[in-house]
Amino acid sequence: MKKKIIKSFIVLLLIFIIGVFFIGLNNSTIYDTKSLVGQKLVNIELDHFNKKKKITEGDFNTNNFTLINFWASWCGPCRQEHPFLIKLKEENNLKLLGVNFKDQKKNALKFLNEFGNPYDVLAKDQLGKSSVNFGIYGIPESILLNKDLVVIKKFIGPISLSDYGYIKDIINK
Amino acid sequence: MKIKTISFFIILSLNIVNAESSSVEISSILKNLRCLICQGQSVADSNSEFAQTIKLVVKDQIDKGRSEKEIYNFLIDKYGEWIVYKPPLNRVNFLLWIIPYLVLVAGGVIIFLLFKKRVNHR
Repeated sequence: MKKKIIKSFIVLLLIFIIGVFFIGLNNSTIYDTKSLVGQKLVNIELDHFNKKKKITEGDFNTNNFTLINFWASWCGPCRQEHPFLIKLKEENNLKLLGVNFKDQKKNALKFLNEFGNPYDVLAKDQLGKSSVNFGIYGIPESILLNKDLVVIKKFIGPISLSDYGYIKDIINK
Repeated sequence: MKIKTISFFIILSLNIVNAESSSVEISSILKNLRCLICQGQSVADSNSEFAQTIKLVVKDQIDKGRSEKEIYNFLIDKYGEWIVYKPPLNRVNFLLWIIPYLVLVAGGVIIFLLFKKRVNHR
């Protein structure tokens, strides 16, 4: 009887250990932002790129959809996604808020002169501290918001052709 | 006299512990934060852009008088629980927190039973 209990205990322990390893090793350790989808953005405060004023949620809660794009002139992949942002500028349902991230003003302006300015509103985040409020950990990153400032999707890395299609589908539904 | 001396040393040691805990607060917070773009490095260990930004943000939060827990909650809210090495107790990781204590209790029970058995044999 006692031996049976010990055997059962060992078997259960082994099943438990294998189960833990199975679940643990199947879980992706790569950070993703799925949990941010559905969250409402609050306490938005960004410095305007040119003017001495703050950009808050009040500046874009009248838009049907807003795409916040974090970019910098020194960021290679930002050049890759830029043509898609230029195309998205043509969408009436969408406003683009650009956040120039840890960049120099003259370089940022040079970038926009060279590749075009897709942004309806342009903000700057020279130390990168404001971007933490948006859960940003690298650039380029973009966040698609609805009218209620709820996150519909977060794009990590440059916006691709499929992302462009996704955004168009969402805003034209 | 003896009681006064003991009280003096107890208060002195408590003050030393308090002083140490407030001075290491920022480094202990940074050590418990994961650098999301690094391989196996904490924010304290990393010099990446992300880590540098988080260091500034944590310093700002401390200057604003936020507690360690409030700072963790703020960052968890922005980046999810993955950012902290020591996640708070919740339904998902409940077992992870409770198992060491259960093993400890089970070990104690086993030792007690073995000890009792040995005594009975004598």
